[in-house]
Amino acid sequence: MSEKSENNRLTVFKTYKLYVGGKFPRSESGRVYEVTDSKGNWLANAPQASRKDARDAVVAARKAFGAWSGATAYNRGQILYRIAEMLEGRRDQFVREVADAEGLSKSKAGAVVDATIDRWVWYAGWTDKIAQVVGGGNPVAGPYFNLSTPEPTGVVAVVAPQDSSFLGLVSVVAPVIATGNTAVVIASEKAPLPALSLGEVLATSDLPGGVVNVLSGRTAEIAPPLAAHQDVNAIDLAGADDVLAKELEIAAADNLKRVLRPQPVDYTETPGIDRMTAFLETKTVWHPTGALGASGSSY
Amino acid sequence: MPTTAHTLTDAAASDSTLRRFLHGLPGVDAVGLEARAASLGTRSIKTTAKAYAIDLAISMVDLTTLEGADTPGKVRALGAKAVHPDPTDRTAPATAAVCVYPDMVATAKQAVAGSTVKVASVATAFPAGRAPLSVKLADVREAVAAGADEIDMVIDRGAFLAGQYMKVYDEIVAVKEACGTSARLKVIFETGELSTYDNIRRASWLGMLAGADFIKTSTGKVAVNATPANTLLMLEAVRDFRAQTGIQVGVKPAGGIRTSKDAIKFLVLVNETVGEDWLDNHWFRFGASSLLNDLLMQRQKLATGRYSGPDYVTVD
Repeated sequence: MSEKSENNRLTVFKTYKLYVGGKFPRSESGRVYEVTDSKGNWLANAPQASRKDARDAVVAARKAFGAWSGATAYNRGQILYRIAEMLEGRRDQFVREVADAEGLSKSKAGAVVDATIDRWVWYAGWTDKIAQVVGGGNPVAGPYFNLSTPEPTGVVAVVAPQDSSFLGLVSVVAPVIATGNTAVVIASEKAPLPALSLGEVLATSDLPGGVVNVLSGRTAEIAPPLAAHQDVNAIDLAGADDVLAKELEIAAADNLKRVLRPQPVDYTETPGIDRMTAFLETKTVWHPTGALGASGSSY
Repeated sequence: MPTTAHTLTDAAASDSTLRRFLHGLPGVDAVGLEARAASLGTRSIKTTAKAYAIDLAISMVDLTTLEGADTPGKVRALGAKAVHPDPTDRTAPATAAVCVYPDMVATAKQAVAGSTVKVASVATAFPAGRAPLSVKLADVREAVAAGADEIDMVIDRGAFLAGQYMKVYDEIVAVKEACGTSARLKVIFETGELSTYDNIRRASWLGMLAGADFIKTSTGKVAVNATPANTLLMLEAVRDFRAQTGIQVGVKPAGGIRTSKDAIKFLVLVNETVGEDWLDNHWFRFGASSLLNDLLMQRQKLATGRYSGPDYVTVD
């Protein structure tokens, strides 16, 4: 191909789409909104999800919950690590998108993407270790065992951070799914592109469809129906401002959702296990050791 | 379309006249039929109309359990649900009927006693219909004796596809007689096994000529069950049949209808094809089980404004 014809090539723009149930639909409403970089230059049109898209995403997340929470922790770890591998291969694209979205230099954006990939690896390691840390055998005075194990809460709605469009996003999504929850994520309103591209990575990382669902649009429009949804078990308010967070918390009280309130977080630091334990429930079982023989034990 | 009453009364006089009549029915424009059904499915039904449609659909459900593993306990639970579909909201209407196997009729009858809910029983060696006529009739009589208000029979698809229309006709007449005056007869064609739309039209007319009170698409036991297109075709048949004979016949799509959205699409078909006369559970039914839960969740959504979830309806 001659150089001239390459220069004349028409630009192929990317159509950003939602990621719901392992598929890439447009918004049911047909709406899009303009996404600009930090200087106000147009980048792309992102789908503007409606409450019906949110409802569909919850259905997908609920459907995926059984298999994902039932998968072995080891398997979940493998898949989370696979996400890191896939991200590594598309590093350049994410560096560009993060640089545009957050107004960072190439090298700073590169550092953010590297930190994000490492975050997946970090949580991949935690999947089969969290149970030993927050669960265990309880001492009892009798012929039985008493065991506590952490269990995933269910479908978690995640309002992703508004400013940290990629590292922040992964820092709130990874802990939710690492422990077996499924997630409906509302991407950063003004910088949704890295989140929507992440959907493409998740779709090719052996992550079952529906475990993570990514919506973009007006946070104040999509979040309230999710907070009030009777089939959502928990909500992470990381990206909600004070007024919205209060409204969402009130709506969430109706079916006793677990609520993680927004708090100041430095996403570049090692996260700790708080975000994982926020969406775990502890199940305690009593297990008889068997009938006692004359010698005091059946063993 | 046959135009005179004369042709209709003579149609079933003999094997050859019946064949001539059924094969004389105009062929179905399959593309047009499917396009019509699809276009009626695009209607947007909102707010008060939606609330009305959901309540109407609930009142039209034949709540069905047809499993080998049916226990008396399950049938009783189903009966209780049919009478009060939403225990937390007594304004939800009762369903039309519960639909069970013949040996469960007595149990179901007890479970819905004192309510408007009817007991329907499948019979005639459901779902295959492969049994001698004497066995089928005994099946029907047992169900009626046990108190069934409605009998859902299956036609002999083998005979129909082999062109033995008179055999199918005679069987329906015999079953209708066995139902007596107390039970209404629904005739299941198993449209998924009839291969063509022409066959569905022929089966509809055959069933109505033989005295069916209801024509029903499917057993729910094969791959293709009720679709908007085959239901539309059957609605057209009952409309034309009433125009010629003055006799109104009901329609029951069954199997594969799982969401409120689907159910409302069927109601639009009914309204646009046969009109309001059929918008009543005496003339139109849904054979379904999981549909009811979705209708109830949509009903709760309309009442509260919050999306509901499967934790708030019974699991059956």
